[in-house]
Amino acid sequence: MDTKNIMIVGVGGQGTLLASKLLGNMLLKAGYDVKVSEVHGMSQRGGSVVTYVRYGDKVYSPVVDRGGADLILSFEALEAARWLEYLKEDGTIITNTQQIDPMPVIAGLAEYPEDLIGKIRAKGVKVDAFDCLSLAEEAGTSKAVNLVLLGRLSNYFDFGEEEWIKAIEEGVPAKFVEMNKKAFKLGREYK
Amino acid sequence: MNELMLGNKAAARGLYEAGCSFVSSYPGTPSTEITEEIAKFTEVYAEWAPNEKVAVESAFGASFAGKRSFAGMKHVGLNVAADPVFTISYTGVNAGMVICVADDPGMHSSQNEQDSRHYAIAAKIPMLEPSDSQEAYDFAKLAYEISEEYDTPVFLKMCTRVAHSQSIVHTGERVCPEQVPYEKQPQKYIMMPGNALKRHPIVEERTRLLTEYAETSPVNRIDEGADRSMGIISSSTSYQYVKEAVGEKYPVLKLGMINPLPVKKIKDFAASVEKVVIVEELDGVIETHCRAMGLDVTGKEVFTCLGEFSQNIVAKGLGQAPFEGIKLEEELPGRPPALCAGCPHRGVFYLLKKMKLNVLADIGCYTLGAVPPLSAIDYTICMGASVSGTHGFVKADPEQAKKTVAVIGDSTFMHSGITGLVNIAYNESNATVIILDNSITGMTGHQQNPCTGFNLKGDPCTKIDLESLCRAAGINRVRVTDPYDLEETEKAIKEELAAEEPSVIIARRPCALLKYVKHPGPIKNDPDKCVGCKACMKAGCPALVMKDGKAMIDNTMCVGCRICAQLCKFGALGAED
Repeated sequence: MDTKNIMIVGVGGQGTLLASKLLGNMLLKAGYDVKVSEVHGMSQRGGSVVTYVRYGDKVYSPVVDRGGADLILSFEALEAARWLEYLKEDGTIITNTQQIDPMPVIAGLAEYPEDLIGKIRAKGVKVDAFDCLSLAEEAGTSKAVNLVLLGRLSNYFDFGEEEWIKAIEEGVPAKFVEMNKKAFKLGREYK
Repeated sequence: MNELMLGNKAAARGLYEAGCSFVSSYPGTPSTEITEEIAKFTEVYAEWAPNEKVAVESAFGASFAGKRSFAGMKHVGLNVAADPVFTISYTGVNAGMVICVADDPGMHSSQNEQDSRHYAIAAKIPMLEPSDSQEAYDFAKLAYEISEEYDTPVFLKMCTRVAHSQSIVHTGERVCPEQVPYEKQPQKYIMMPGNALKRHPIVEERTRLLTEYAETSPVNRIDEGADRSMGIISSSTSYQYVKEAVGEKYPVLKLGMINPLPVKKIKDFAASVEKVVIVEELDGVIETHCRAMGLDVTGKEVFTCLGEFSQNIVAKGLGQAPFEGIKLEEELPGRPPALCAGCPHRGVFYLLKKMKLNVLADIGCYTLGAVPPLSAIDYTICMGASVSGTHGFVKADPEQAKKTVAVIGDSTFMHSGITGLVNIAYNESNATVIILDNSITGMTGHQQNPCTGFNLKGDPCTKIDLESLCRAAGINRVRVTDPYDLEETEKAIKEELAAEEPSVIIARRPCALLKYVKHPGPIKNDPDKCVGCKACMKAGCPALVMKDGKAMIDNTMCVGCRICAQLCKFGALGAED
């Protein structure tokens, strides 16, 4: 098969790396060649962060380029807009509707743009947008936004629910497993 | 076993399996995880050294004793370690020694994008350059074989996209070679002129032999392609972009050993195609080699020396037109990194800005004190340059001494700030140095350092006392302040600037992200009392936003440091029960 390209984008500290780790391991077990590329260091301090996940028969580049993503999983609305140009013509954006003000907005140097998701839709892009923060809080912590989104993303794959649950059980510390499973299911079953 | 592995973890696994027994490194993105990962193996002694020069010398000492050793660092760390590196090239090694250097094209977390391949050429040390995690693992093992066979330290050169990408690795078992006996060999290891003169021709002969190795080793290989109108020479992550862009169409000479480069292999490859294109990130190192051989090649005139490459950049350079995506018309606000909520550095930078001081800063999280609205920093050059630069600044213009400070973190101070402080004391400048002691190495992800009381393995160890160290260096005025207390900290800065002798202020509070640091939790937020003056917003805290003209606390982020509460004159933030 051709290589599939997924991007996980968000704000440093939102837990994007855990989502890519769980997804990467699922794809490895399914027998694909997989590459996951992430960024560490300074940009993690509340900056815009991106992780690339690529899989297929043979994957060369570890990154997704402009116009190349089949799916973008976005943890925040402004980040969905920022990384839009990385989407394929027929790609899909799954995004949290949450708004996190970046420092230029906090410092009063810029405005947070209005209705970004509407503007992305107006470009003819398929957008699957929902409020992950309240679902994460329902699961027990605002920090579980990543598992809510992963649950949503799981609907775009053929893996069974048990396989995802197993990946969560193997990939997160024992004391957080139940909460993460709950967040995953809330995202997966959200209508 | 097959595992999806970070390039750095794969390198660590390769070093481990090759029987590496001694590791000394200094953390630096994107190299840090190699050392963190290998430290998890109980059979390997691993440590954080105070700086890269110490790390390389320590690793060399271990090799000298007869055990396979390793030192890891980022590209700018190699500048610090360059002194021993150039001379251990002459001595060679006893047991194998590998030095990893990780470049950061695109400067994800660095102050420059130097190309470390130049060091391999300049120091005449062989350099292997993996292009994915499997090669990081394979080349780490191969590096020890080359090191011992050719009697040389060997560079393993990573870059951000190899270090921080995960790909599949087939691992094996650790095979630990016998310790090499230690024998006194003064002519080989005492590098005074008489001996070094005899070693230099040995180094040149070694390079000749290594070039022969490069001609035939499978580490440099050709991926065949049917269309011979063009042949591409590439290495590292650039090779992956090339394959992504052209697939099997053109032949590709993939170089895994970047120093010394083969001659005949490249000439034969060039003769087999109509045109040679060289795709390499940063400088034209392979290109220069080809041109010196008299080959007419296409390189940097098409493929820039700036930043990272990608498959689209390579495709365009090769004359293709990839789809480049759709964009929103409007300008989006950027999201630069910022000091975390509760960061103990925030209060200090707020004060330095308010007091309109000249601030010569250093390398670490606190470089983010440069970002608006704090905008408190005047310069950032390299590890330690805050302290020594401030000395020069106030010596050259003594009037500035009353309004200039150096700002440096605890780990950076131990790395190379202390020598600058010795210079301040010895040559008597009236400099004021603020050590931002957050009791950890923050930016690279919480590594221990000599001031924390714990070593890399997590065991308690000797804790260097910063106050005593500064006093012993000849500074009489050393005081400690709590950066969460703005009044106390402002008083300390004012008094030390006014003093007629050099001083050190240690602003001490642990990093807010440390798991064992307990926080009081979000402060109280009373929007009814907020008049919208935005005084609190000058702190630039990500946990504080303006909503409908009122300051609002984000309870998911606020840790309760109370910096903003000290800025609010109306009791809207942080009212006590």
